[in-house]
Amino acid sequence: MTSGLWDLVLKGVWVTIQLLVLSGLLATAVAFVVGIARTHRLKFVRFLAGLYIEVFRGTSALVMIFWVFFVLPPAFGWQLVPLWAGTLALGLTYGAYGAEIVRGALAAVDPAQREGGIALSFTPAQRMRLILLPQAVPEMIPPFSNLLVELLKGTALVSIMGMGDLAFSGNLVRLALQESAEIYTYILIIYFVIAFLLTRIMRGLEKKLKAGVGKKPVPEPDLELKRAETTGVGGGGA
Amino acid sequence: MKWDWSAVSEFMPYFWDGLLVTLQILVLGSLISFVLGLVWALLMRVPSRWVTWPVGGVTEFIRNTPLLVQLFFLFYVLPEWGVTFSALTTGVVAIGLHYSTYTMQVYRAGIEAVPVGQWEAATALNLPLRRTWTAVILPQAVRRVVPALGNYVISMLKDTPLLMAITVLEMLGEARLFSQQHFQFTEPLTVIGLAFIVISYLASLALRALERRLVH
Repeated sequence: MTSGLWDLVLKGVWVTIQLLVLSGLLATAVAFVVGIARTHRLKFVRFLAGLYIEVFRGTSALVMIFWVFFVLPPAFGWQLVPLWAGTLALGLTYGAYGAEIVRGALAAVDPAQREGGIALSFTPAQRMRLILLPQAVPEMIPPFSNLLVELLKGTALVSIMGMGDLAFSGNLVRLALQESAEIYTYILIIYFVIAFLLTRIMRGLEKKLKAGVGKKPVPEPDLELKRAETTGVGGGGA
Repeated sequence: MKWDWSAVSEFMPYFWDGLLVTLQILVLGSLISFVLGLVWALLMRVPSRWVTWPVGGVTEFIRNTPLLVQLFFLFYVLPEWGVTFSALTTGVVAIGLHYSTYTMQVYRAGIEAVPVGQWEAATALNLPLRRTWTAVILPQAVRRVVPALGNYVISMLKDTPLLMAITVLEMLGEARLFSQQHFQFTEPLTVIGLAFIVISYLASLALRALERRLVH
């Protein structure tokens, strides 16, 4: 492969990383808002959050991307830059998976902690911010780490819409060289390296956050790489 | 927003074609992933690093890289090596292989959840290794993991549209083709989006019922 083609691949890596960071941030925001709304005391709010989760987890990420690219522009009369369209579709979809993680972690906090907060007459917002979240967030990190790898794999989908990410640059190089085995092997290895780095970073983060609440991180063999759970009619495990 | 019902009714015949292909992919892909996943899980229990390290490494690699790129790999590289399959077969193999790396984890958890006493009893009864697995361990392990396997089937359903990228005409492929021919994107894409939600919702209800039956 010539250096010009490597430049193409590097550009692809950059687009993939941008997309990963932006949609990861959006997904985190959505996950916390919707996940906390799932524990709201008003039934209506809980229902809306549940509906959001069911709809966005029920449909395919790729169908969502198509929808954002093709249906939103004529329907609402504005067109998104591809990077933002991809971010929106991926962030909203993976945010719905994240919301279930947030809900599960909040539900797993010892009920005595919540009751203690009530007894000390904390407001619901204070309870969430000062008691529940600091204990729940470290527990969310391992499942979030798995979800992040899924999100990385999901970013490859935007190449179908012609966005110049890593998978797309792989296709361009294949067309240029007529040599598929080599380039796709490189592309797969690059994705694998990024995924590996992500899990390392998340493990470091978990260690740090758990040390903050006096806990030890989950030992390595227990850290099972699972795909985000997909059933959960109105609930399900976390 | 403009909604045209006639476009919906025109799209419906293509929708059913696409749905059929999607379900075909789903059934065949699931079968491959169930069988291969079990093979990986059993290989990981062979007491030799020469087996567990390569198997562990390869499955880890497949699990952490995008299915889409794997599809391209199989679709474009296999013909170069002189192996030609139809796009549908390639897609089914790719999706089955990808998900087998997830189901192997499920089987592993199921096997580990079988109480140690069962192993000891098998040893005490002097059962050969083969019988221990087929008559004692696996029937208990598999029963435990059926709901988790079902979850992956639903996940797989939502990954079937990726096969569109290698020219398979499943639901999304049909919708895209129809949209490009009729310049109507809203209706077909919304119809299949809703179809995915409905199917996965029904599947998760069915799975819950199955789970309850298995537990009690």
